Amino acid sequence: MKEYILKRLAMLVIVLLGVSLITFVLVRAAPGDPAVNLLGQHATAEKIEEIREKYHLNDPIYVQYYIWLKMAVKGDFGRSIESREFVTREIMERVPMTLELSLIAMIIASVIGIIAGIISAVHQYSAADYGVMIGALFGISMPVFWLGLMLMFIFSVKLGITPVGGRLTAGMELERITGMYILDSILTLNGTALVDSIKHLILPSVALATIPMATIARMTRSSMLEVLRQDYIRTERAKGLSERAVVYKHAIKNALIPIVTVIGMNIGLLMGGAVLTETIFSLPGLGKYIADAILAYDYPVVQGFTLIFATVFVLVNLATDILYLYIDPRIKYK
Amino acid sequence: MKKEWKWMGLLIVAVMVASTLSGCISEKEETPAPTEAPGKYGGTLVFGSSGDAVRLDPADVTDGESIQRMDNIHEGLVQYDGGTTNIKPCLATDWTVSDDKKTITFNLRKGVKFHHDYGEVTADDVVFSFARQYDENNWYHDKGNWSYWGWMFMDIESVEKINDYKVAIHMKNPNSSMMTSLAMFTVCIVSEDAAKDYGEDYFKNPVGTGPFEFVEWVKDDHITLRAFEDYWDGRAYLDKVIFRVITDPSARLMALQTGEIQGMEHVDPSQLAIIEADADLQLISQAGMNVGYVALNCGEGYVDANKNGKWDAGEEVDVPGAFEPFKDVRVRQAIAYAINKESIVRNLYKGAASVATQGQPSSLFGWNADIVGYPYNLEKAKQLLADAGYPDGFKVTMWYMPVSRPYFPTPTEIAEAIQADLAKVGIEVELFTEDWGAYLGDTEEGEHQACMLGWSGDNGDPDNFLNVLYGEDKATVGSAGNVAFKRNEKFQDLLDAALLTFDQAERAAYYEEANVLLTAQCSHVFIAHSNQNLAFLSTVHGYIIHPTSRKFFYPVWLEE
Repeated sequence: MKEYILKRLAMLVIVLLGVSLITFVLVRAAPGDPAVNLLGQHATAEKIEEIREKYHLNDPIYVQYYIWLKMAVKGDFGRSIESREFVTREIMERVPMTLELSLIAMIIASVIGIIAGIISAVHQYSAADYGVMIGALFGISMPVFWLGLMLMFIFSVKLGITPVGGRLTAGMELERITGMYILDSILTLNGTALVDSIKHLILPSVALATIPMATIARMTRSSMLEVLRQDYIRTERAKGLSERAVVYKHAIKNALIPIVTVIGMNIGLLMGGAVLTETIFSLPGLGKYIADAILAYDYPVVQGFTLIFATVFVLVNLATDILYLYIDPRIKYK
Repeated sequence: MKKEWKWMGLLIVAVMVASTLSGCISEKEETPAPTEAPGKYGGTLVFGSSGDAVRLDPADVTDGESIQRMDNIHEGLVQYDGGTTNIKPCLATDWTVSDDKKTITFNLRKGVKFHHDYGEVTADDVVFSFARQYDENNWYHDKGNWSYWGWMFMDIESVEKINDYKVAIHMKNPNSSMMTSLAMFTVCIVSEDAAKDYGEDYFKNPVGTGPFEFVEWVKDDHITLRAFEDYWDGRAYLDKVIFRVITDPSARLMALQTGEIQGMEHVDPSQLAIIEADADLQLISQAGMNVGYVALNCGEGYVDANKNGKWDAGEEVDVPGAFEPFKDVRVRQAIAYAINKESIVRNLYKGAASVATQGQPSSLFGWNADIVGYPYNLEKAKQLLADAGYPDGFKVTMWYMPVSRPYFPTPTEIAEAIQADLAKVGIEVELFTEDWGAYLGDTEEGEHQACMLGWSGDNGDPDNFLNVLYGEDKATVGSAGNVAFKRNEKFQDLLDAALLTFDQAERAAYYEEANVLLTAQCSHVFIAHSNQNLAFLSTVHGYIIHPTSRKFFYPVWLEE
């Protein structure tokens, strides 16, 4: 087991090297110049040259990569060209926001997705089943930005029950400890801020949860259907176990493995959704940060972010694999 | 002997001097429109911005988002007068211009305090604010990029402290448009002590003298400013201004409709009708400080061999894209008449623009109200073409921009409309485009027969349009600003003369005359000035829209 984890971690290094190299080449291959972008359209040729020199943009690409890699292994991703702040610090500032949003979205998606999937499987071909599956199809096909705007229009403009966007009502005071506002308002016993920050997260987390919710529901349904046809389920029913016990005690456990895989994969996909959700709902998180950095040709930010994100992605995958061990005792890693 | 120059009426200067002497606070000059009641104090205005600031150091930013925040924190020696680009005193109370017009000496306003207890503004702070940008030996020089300095302020040789309340700006050449440039954000005065305390992080802890002081910046979320109680011109009406980042234009409008924000920028043309129909909202529009045009390559380019910045006889060279028919002014005018600019503005700018009659927007002095331009007239166009010897038209290639800019929001559609219009008079237009970087470079080289281009102004001075875009001296092949490559000595003389006088009315007269010549020569067919649109709740009063798109919240107040 230990050996397996070590092996996987060793692979992580190779993956990260590959990811960093590809990103490095790709961002530089894209048309556009960070120096020109930084200085605006009136920049003199000299000034542009000065900036290009400062950020080593004139060196051959392998030299640039070497310089960057030497720093990156020490955990230093350099400074953003645009804001001149340390990339690591800028990313860390934004992690809590995105983490909070993704966690809530993931909880919503998993809970509703699994329950809907089970209902659908248990009552196959019923009206409920069709309802869930049509809803899931809808959820997968709906563009997040459109859904976000519609939710905003209905719940904020028409009904006036949720705010349009932002993380907290402008001007509201909240002491920041973790950067996750819901947690912070609990820690500082700030009831007003708690209600306000929850209100602000409802629409974005629902918008962000739709696609994973739909995939989880569909996966749960098919996985459950497969398990429910197994012999041991028939045996349990024959033994006279209640349907509730059959489904929730025995079937669900075995149906969980593919569901956990899907949830794990979706954590990665949530990032893509977060770019749109955070933009629509004006949330100061990682998604918006990276989108802005790409548009500004901010190479150090794009590289640093990709690397950190790839690490998280690989680690989540590893965690999912380890989780299998506990869900299914038949699985063993060598 | 120095010639004293006061640009404003004697009365106002007298009032200012009197108020300074007596130590009382002078009256607000930017009072709301006379029909409105005097403003109410208090309240917070949340403004929906389309992006976050990058830095809050006035000299080290070029983006509108940073500028709109720091403009309320910092001030310069002079400032714009209300909604015009005329200037009036600010941190300087008055100034004199030397006889050779190369030195402007400013008397500083006494007793002006910096925010956050950084003391009084002195000549040292003024010198520092300039010197850090141009003087490589200044201790702060390597801490910023100073992008705008090289573009707008290269005529400044040095800034010198005469005494604690007097500074002199020495210029390499006489240039009266420098006065307008001094109202730009780039040369706002920052506290040298604060720069010492914060070093490279000054931009996160700005200390100015403006009506609002910096409180808090949560990246990508909001920036909070509060009224500066010791502001020299009297406290602002608002208690706080919060700039909230709302990137998506639809979300921004919804936030305004629900009252979460009280004002917003960058209204999408598709939202104009919604705002106008809503009694709770108000739309504030103005012809933006930009111009979109089609430049017709007349082939009169030159290369500045002796590097004197001017065209001299004998420096002429061939321009690669020079197009024979365009050498006849009648052909150029025919094209101007044949393009239906009214229809383009109505349909392709969705009405959020005004038809351009001349080379500069109407919001700047020097605009000539008597010029009607070339209203759509096919008959006249056909007649002019026939007179010029092209009754059946000709074939020409027109370059159109691959990117959208405020002056040409939908370049492809606009190019197609022009193509269709010109087909009606027999001119067959082939459209061409390339990568934006290459496009700019190649048009400076004069590779095009005709090209679409435009300009967003920097400082609000007509020189920043007329000289930069149409000047004879700017027809330099390889680095042309005048991409129609039409030289006009009389036009250039007027522009040069206008830079030699510091009298605003006199300058305006020169530019008005220059605009007549420019329109008549028709080397550039002016299409439109796109509007800047802002929306506020109807309970917000006193906002004065500014041609430069800069945003000043000092005169704004809220109904209860």
